[in-house]
Amino acid sequence: MTISTAPIPVSTDAEAPEAPARRNRFWAWVIFIMTAVYFLIPLGATFWWSLRAEADKLGFEAYRRLFEDANFWPSFTESVVNAVAAIFLSLLIIVPTAYWVTLRLPRLRPVVEFITLLPFVIPAVVLVFGLIRLYGRPPLLLTATYDSSRVLLICAYAALSFPYMFRSVDNGLRAMDVRSLTEAAQSLGAGWPTILRRVIFPNLRVALLSGALLTFAIVIGELTIALFMAQQTFGPYMANLTRSKVYEPSAMAVVAFALTWAAMGTIALITRPGKRG
Amino acid sequence: MSGFLSLHGIRKEFNGVVAVDTFDLDVEPGEFVSFLGPSGCGKTTTLRMVAGFEQPTAGTIRLAGKDVTYAKANERNIGMVFQSYALFPNMTVAENIAFGLRVRKEEGSARSDRVSELLDLIHLPDKAKSYPNELSGGQQQRVALARALAIRPQLLLLDEPLSALDAKIRDDLRAEIRRIQRQLNITTIYVTHDQEEALALSDRVVVMSKGRMEQVGEPFEIYNNPATGFVASFVGQLNRLPVTVEDPALGRIRMGRNELRTTSMIEAPTGAGVSLMMRPEEITLDDAEENVLEGIVETVTFLGSIVRVQVGVEGSKVIADLFNERLLELPEAGDSTRISFPPHACWVMA
Ligand SMILES: Nc1ncnc2c1ncn2[C@@H]1O[C@H](COP(=O)(O)OP(=O)(O)OP(=O)(O)O)[C@@H](O)[C@H]1O
Ligand SMILES: [Mg+2]
Repeated sequence: MTISTAPIPVSTDAEAPEAPARRNRFWAWVIFIMTAVYFLIPLGATFWWSLRAEADKLGFEAYRRLFEDANFWPSFTESVVNAVAAIFLSLLIIVPTAYWVTLRLPRLRPVVEFITLLPFVIPAVVLVFGLIRLYGRPPLLLTATYDSSRVLLICAYAALSFPYMFRSVDNGLRAMDVRSLTEAAQSLGAGWPTILRRVIFPNLRVALLSGALLTFAIVIGELTIALFMAQQTFGPYMANLTRSKVYEPSAMAVVAFALTWAAMGTIALITRPGKRG
Repeated sequence: MSGFLSLHGIRKEFNGVVAVDTFDLDVEPGEFVSFLGPSGCGKTTTLRMVAGFEQPTAGTIRLAGKDVTYAKANERNIGMVFQSYALFPNMTVAENIAFGLRVRKEEGSARSDRVSELLDLIHLPDKAKSYPNELSGGQQQRVALARALAIRPQLLLLDEPLSALDAKIRDDLRAEIRRIQRQLNITTIYVTHDQEEALALSDRVVVMSKGRMEQVGEPFEIYNNPATGFVASFVGQLNRLPVTVEDPALGRIRMGRNELRTTSMIEAPTGAGVSLMMRPEEITLDDAEENVLEGIVETVTFLGSIVRVQVGVEGSKVIADLFNERLLELPEAGDSTRISFPPHACWVMA
């Protein structure tokens, strides 16, 4: 008799926490929908506008004109190359740094983290003037030619990517047992380059990809620094387009948006839980 | 004559705090030596200095006749097994085992021969293509062992390799480690805080406490002739009774009204207060001719093959471990009883 009555209070207990969970989910949806509306209405309006390049009918005329523009592809390609170069530079600086800090100088972590955050604190205009004043004079004269300015621009972009890159890499390093893996590799005879290349980098793949794609999304449309360094990249091209054309800028905005979201979507896909790293 | 591995006067400080002090040890080729001690006593630190992950503040480490005190970890040719397995998650089992051989630029076919040899040794020949996260903890630790052995190390170091595993697997793998060590005759240092592990596996045990060596000896010696009170109480259970010395030369002592005797001489004057030590398994509840004490049974704990009886004797607690025999009539809490122990099985400490 007593045995059969026992489970009842237990089962109601187990169900009790579900009610607040359901309410949480309701508010989560409300916030999600409000946020989506906030973002989607302007985007939808832009898209709508971009379809009206021809009088009295909707169509992709603005997109056709955009892709046929002589400056579209060159500036876009230039930005892609810049972004890729910046990503590699950033990886080469951040991965060994974050690795060394995790392994040997964990107490310096907050300091390094703060330094990597500086690009958030310093406005792009200030950054670019600083760069030009420092590197544009003798003996460096990096702003003397278009190509040397481009190198400087890539370095600046690498610096802009530090906050994202450091965070991703740091998360990736925390997810593995850096110290034991390093020591295991060392005891097997591996030196630092081998450890980085064969153990650390491969196990950071997901973290590196998300850092890289975030960097790509930022660099591809960057305006301020590129403008001040007189670079014909995608950012200045878009800005210029806005001033001279009516419908193309909207088409442009939609394209840029799609690119960014493609980058974000790729991150989400790669870092999806349940996938082998 | 110094051993194959010899640690001489090793001392390690971390920011002025001493972690290991005056550590001297010679290990013979093929010998299995355990470092045993409580948490924080410096076992891992000592092992890491041998591996080359830490440098001693003072002292020298010699391996196969060479001074390696300051040699780099990746130039020592020492295999290491970690508590956390530390397998490379991005590599298959076979790639993990082959890692050290690749680093050594060993040729492809020799490498794969060696890998399958080791997979056979650890009884996992069909797991070559699995990734570490597809293996159980016990399997992962076997792979880690194979990886460490693949490079034909001069020395094998294991830092609590079994403490992350379940009891049953721990026993199996313990036997496996010993079998492989014997088969390869590889000089091994094994760190553990589990006395049973140390006693079961080792040729010699180093008992450590607070950064110092308390005793070095064969398991039998450590257990039966502990050199210090720490060793006596850390390795195995121990009873400690307060007694006074009656006749040091004859080993006679007294506890309250009871006359007791040990077979060894006592290095304390008549009338001195000392402790009488004995192992729980030496105590019987039968009547005997000498060394008999009266007490009250306090608790009776059934532990499977043994039954642990705690008896209160003149204000002290005495633990007696009795074999669980079916015909044994177990006492109950509250019973009054007599305990006894043979004179050769007890000893006196200050
Ligand atoms: N890197 C370090 N920096 C500062 N102190 C350390 C460091 N490594 C170890 N210690 C200290 O040295 C002492 C010995 O540590 P060790 O890790 O060798 O102990 P252990 O015997 O292996 O213990 P456990 O059984 O818990 O693993 C401890 O007091 C520890 O706090
Ligand atoms: Mg330890």
